[in-house]
Amino acid sequence: MPEPRVLTFREALREAMVEEMERDPSIFLMGEEVGHYNGAYKVSEGMLARFGEKRVIDTPIAETGFAGVGIGAAMVGLRPIIEFMTWNFSLVAADQLINNAAKLRYMSNGQFTLPIVFRGPGGAAHALAAQHSQALESLYAHVPGLKVVMPSTPADAKGLLKAAIRDDNPVVFIESEVMYALKGDVPAGEHVVPLGVADVKRPGRDVTLVAWSKMVHTALKAADVLTGEGIEAEVVDLRTLRPLDERAVLASVARTHRCVVVQEGWPFAGVAAELIALVAREGFDDLDAPPERVTNLDVPMPYARNLENVVLPSPERVVATVRRVLGLTEAPRRPAVAGRGR
Amino acid sequence: MDATLLLGLYRQMALCRRFEEAAAKAYSQGKVSGFLHLYVGQEAVAVGAISAAEPTDYVVATYREHAHYLARTGDARGAMAELFGKASGCSGGRGGSMHLFDAAHRMLGGWAIVGGHVPIAAGVAFASKYRDEKDVTLCFFGDGTANMGAFHEGLALAGLWKLPVVFICENNQYAMGTPLYRTLSVEDVAVRARGYPMESEIVNGDDVLEVREAVRHAVNRARRENLPIFIEAKTYRFRGHSVADPATYRSKEELRKWMERDPIRMLADRIQTLGIATEEQLGALDDEVKAQVQDAVEFAERTPAPEPDTVGEHVYA
Repeated sequence: MPEPRVLTFREALREAMVEEMERDPSIFLMGEEVGHYNGAYKVSEGMLARFGEKRVIDTPIAETGFAGVGIGAAMVGLRPIIEFMTWNFSLVAADQLINNAAKLRYMSNGQFTLPIVFRGPGGAAHALAAQHSQALESLYAHVPGLKVVMPSTPADAKGLLKAAIRDDNPVVFIESEVMYALKGDVPAGEHVVPLGVADVKRPGRDVTLVAWSKMVHTALKAADVLTGEGIEAEVVDLRTLRPLDERAVLASVARTHRCVVVQEGWPFAGVAAELIALVAREGFDDLDAPPERVTNLDVPMPYARNLENVVLPSPERVVATVRRVLGLTEAPRRPAVAGRGR
Repeated sequence: MDATLLLGLYRQMALCRRFEEAAAKAYSQGKVSGFLHLYVGQEAVAVGAISAAEPTDYVVATYREHAHYLARTGDARGAMAELFGKASGCSGGRGGSMHLFDAAHRMLGGWAIVGGHVPIAAGVAFASKYRDEKDVTLCFFGDGTANMGAFHEGLALAGLWKLPVVFICENNQYAMGTPLYRTLSVEDVAVRARGYPMESEIVNGDDVLEVREAVRHAVNRARRENLPIFIEAKTYRFRGHSVADPATYRSKEELRKWMERDPIRMLADRIQTLGIATEEQLGALDDEVKAQVQDAVEFAERTPAPEPDTVGEHVYA
């Protein structure tokens, strides 16, 4: 086994890219500020010096253009890594991801493979307001033909990114701006975490908390609080939203009999709703309480810090929801969805 | 003049025309579904351009791409069966008229959201340059694309990175039902290429030899000098935007005027004037083409639809 070292999340991502690019000359990194600026969030720091301008390519601000260039290059055998400075900007290129990347293989009857990774930070950071704080994974996970990957630890970040780069499908790889400095043990060298396999980040017997990316840490904090009350929460980190590791979720619920999904992003038609449908359908006999979700409030993100804190899922909200699921409180439900019909 | 070349171009254009006439008929019989965008009247552009490229050069086209597919592959059976939604179709019945693909012949679609394939074509050319391969990419699109952001971003990157792609605007005067003078702020689409910067040329898109010559020159330069070039071919769509469109937004007089320069008729006249073939000989060639199309229709009719239990295949690799 390779010796683990402590790396930051961004260093782990960089190590994955560097190792893969050393291994395969058909891989290149393209995006805004990835080269001379060394990455808007320094994920690609030093990569231009190492690989040169041929393989670390600065683009103009033209997401539709460079996402499309990546798709064209992948169609004929290259393996692009396309960095979005944030996933909010990917919406400008949604036509490329949803209409083109996700559809090519199917509508050509399997004549083409599209080995391409779109990556960058998603979700809220701090006080970036409505247009820069969106968690868009539910939108992309909705689309067959795309894989959606969201690591929560530096080790997973490296292992999942290596797997994503080696995958022959378009992969939406969503990081988090507020996690780039997170430190953790990361195995050196060949460390590949297969896509579609969830990971129990903390075992527990009383309730299953399903989460991914940043929300894994929110769930872990909630679990610490709950321990103090004698409640042991199991935290299942999905790691990949598509393909979804249904078995891991159901197996955990079969052990705990209760399920709370913790999702950054809006509740309406989100991944949490999909998970609750799964648990209700396939895990019905195991459940001792209705499955619940903790999500963003159903509003665009406000700028003011106190309002932002109200919108985002917090350990406190997770704890309160777990108490309700365990029948310990009659806590009033917050209206999950704005503007719902009467 | 090269007799073989002219007769070959004639045969290809006739194949496109007869293929689409048969497709329209099959559509009216309910055998072809969905959207069916015909290229009738524009055949000289696809046939002339693709004949000017090497078979290893890439072709990226729109949803009005029957002719591009036929000019590149000659495979009337695969295209017709695709329109009929059959497993024997070139896209297995998963694509339909708008999504004709043939990876082996480097026919890269078949893209049906206006403008979105322009950056993709730039990306294919990017790969050629990245690998130091000498293949050129031909990217076809209509005049209606010229106002799309994706069009401008694709051209901007191709110009910035000097990618070997030949952009071919098929200016058929209408963006769906709206004439150019109401949708385009400039007279010629070609002027939009200048800022990126890209050399451009405007050609008579109804003259297959003029198109071929311009594209041949452009492809050679793109290959030799690694740069993009823009060609605007002025032409006219004889049918509506799709077969569902009666095209009442244009006058009979206008249509008649353009039909006088029917690209197939013009080439036939030239062939006869040059003494390469008589009207009877061209008629015999037409009969051959009709037989090929008839064979394609029969093939499409007799081959099976995709098995329902294959519906989940090819979502992922």
